[in-house]
Amino acid sequence: MAEITLVEAVTQALAYEMQRDENVILLGEDIGLNGGVFRATDGLYKKFGADRVMDTPLAESMLAGLAIGMAAQGLKPVVEFQFMGFIYPAVDQLVNHAARMRNRTRGRLTCPMVARAPFGGGIHAPEHHSESTEAMFAHIPGLKVIIPSSPARAYGLLLAAMRDPDPVIFLEPKRIYRIVKQNVPDDGKALPLEQCFVLREGSDITLISWGASMHETLQAATQLEQQGVSAEVIDVASIKPLDMDTILNSVAKTGRAVIIHEAARSNGVGAEITSVINESGLLSLLAPVQRVTGYDTVMPYMKLEKHYIPSVEKIVNSAISTLEFA
Amino acid sequence: MTIIAEFSIEYLQCLDKNANLVGDLPSFAKDNAQLINLYELMVLNRTFDTKAINLQRTGKMGTYASTLGQEAVFVGIGHAMKKTDVLVPYYRDYGALLQRGATMKQILQYWGGDERGSDYEECREDFPLCVPIATQFLHATGVATAMKYRKQKRAVVATGGEGASSEGDFYEALNVAGQWQLPVVFVINNNQWAISVARQSQTGCQTIAQKAIAGGMPGIQVDGNDVIAMRDCVNQALQAARTGKGPTLIEAVTYRLCDHTTADDASRYVPKEDLDKAWQEEPIKRLQTYLETEKLWDKNKEDALIKQCQQQVSQAVEDYLNIEPQAVSAMFDYMYETLPKSLQQQRGLADL
Repeated sequence: MAEITLVEAVTQALAYEMQRDENVILLGEDIGLNGGVFRATDGLYKKFGADRVMDTPLAESMLAGLAIGMAAQGLKPVVEFQFMGFIYPAVDQLVNHAARMRNRTRGRLTCPMVARAPFGGGIHAPEHHSESTEAMFAHIPGLKVIIPSSPARAYGLLLAAMRDPDPVIFLEPKRIYRIVKQNVPDDGKALPLEQCFVLREGSDITLISWGASMHETLQAATQLEQQGVSAEVIDVASIKPLDMDTILNSVAKTGRAVIIHEAARSNGVGAEITSVINESGLLSLLAPVQRVTGYDTVMPYMKLEKHYIPSVEKIVNSAISTLEFA
Repeated sequence: MTIIAEFSIEYLQCLDKNANLVGDLPSFAKDNAQLINLYELMVLNRTFDTKAINLQRTGKMGTYASTLGQEAVFVGIGHAMKKTDVLVPYYRDYGALLQRGATMKQILQYWGGDERGSDYEECREDFPLCVPIATQFLHATGVATAMKYRKQKRAVVATGGEGASSEGDFYEALNVAGQWQLPVVFVINNNQWAISVARQSQTGCQTIAQKAIAGGMPGIQVDGNDVIAMRDCVNQALQAARTGKGPTLIEAVTYRLCDHTTADDASRYVPKEDLDKAWQEEPIKRLQTYLETEKLWDKNKEDALIKQCQQQVSQAVEDYLNIEPQAVSAMFDYMYETLPKSLQQQRGLADL
């Protein structure tokens, strides 16, 4: 079996589910013959036709609104927002309607849609193409926010998102779209949505991250190992709802935690995780929880972006200072 | 320079403001029972509306958006729709919704602060009243996309005010509906006021109907105080939509004889002379005059109808006031199909 990249795993999951369920319909800009600007829908237009891989007019609120109407009719729309930076016109629809439809009709109408968007920096993209605003959506009751960090998890989590009866924001870390390859059997097996993944077991410190930063976090764990530190590494994957059990169990074992996210620091998902650790795991802590994050600045353009994105060095240094705290 | 495209906007009216017949009656209106039915529906609507405002004023219900003066618009829509069509209404659209099978009790329940008011028992596919302006037009295009995908011969009606026609979602909906030739009818209730912003301050367009042209569909302006024209216009648009002939935008010209909602005081900005003039053109009186002229209606029938409507509304109010409160846990129970663990914990801590 050939190894595939994360973006190819997305394509594989979409194709599998479209084959399995004729209610699955893709909507987006340039997703048809062009196969999407990142090629996430490559080949699907030819395979499934224009009725199921729908190139739409260029309007993001429309994309979300269409999907809400289609979902209310029992279809499974999967929308591609070309970049997360362009999802904001759709926020009204996602927050005011997608997230609330089940609740406001007491279950009569539901919104089983998936909104996919590539996000994050590091690919030398133009302005507005590199932000990480997952916390914005994670704050909204009624949504689920999922971020894969490997081809296998992209495949299994996207399948799960498409089979979920509620709206899922599925954010794809485009910096690692093509840097890792894995064997991903096309077996149609979904992964659970409300669950963290322990990527590496360890006993001295817990490193918690998601998305593209998992890549640097795993490298940091390897470097720490060379310094005699055993780091446990957790891929949060499900930003909302959060699987705090896995995180709390790990922190109970290690007593120390560093949270790494590319998104801006203040009011980020790291703050929520820290808060729950404080509420429910304070007595197992041997040091304050630290965060290695992007800054509360506008995401810099490509010349400076590497100084914004959490580096392996910053993660290692943060872990060492956590370990050296009393 | 040459002209490469030209457009025109038609205006439809059957009864003029003095209830004189203008041109031919549409075929449905040659059935007297249909006309009387439209009249009864409008009177029921107004009776309900008056009572709803009263419930808010006496503290028995929350903020309510009145439909006074605009009954013909929504009654006409509901009357033209088939059960298999789908309604995507905005917050003032009771006339259509009640014909779809939603109940007066549930509309009161909704404005009374109880989500179960939108769990309609009969029209399961219809959307609930939409508050965020113009967002509903896009839902309608989505529903219509599903119908087209499944090759169904049915259509969607979405309603909104003329203020909504300034929103991006409105234009986005027209654009995609026109491009994909979706089976959808957009009806703009041009009641001259978006809260306090007058129609002439809302857009530089001569008509709202002409906004259809940019979307690639026909636009028609109809006298929204003339329920016969209204019903006919929506019916024709629906038939076109159901048979693959694409979408239509209808601008129904009427007048908001009420406040925006019970939280508003329109006397702060509506010129009294305009309001007085609008009362002379309102839809119920107009049809009543016509029916009387045609010897189809008289005082006895009117008295009997008023009594019957009041009884129906009183029963709905009684039913509304006797609704068992929701369990506090209901706020959690419809967030997701399966409640995530973190929410289960919060549910456990709530004051149930």
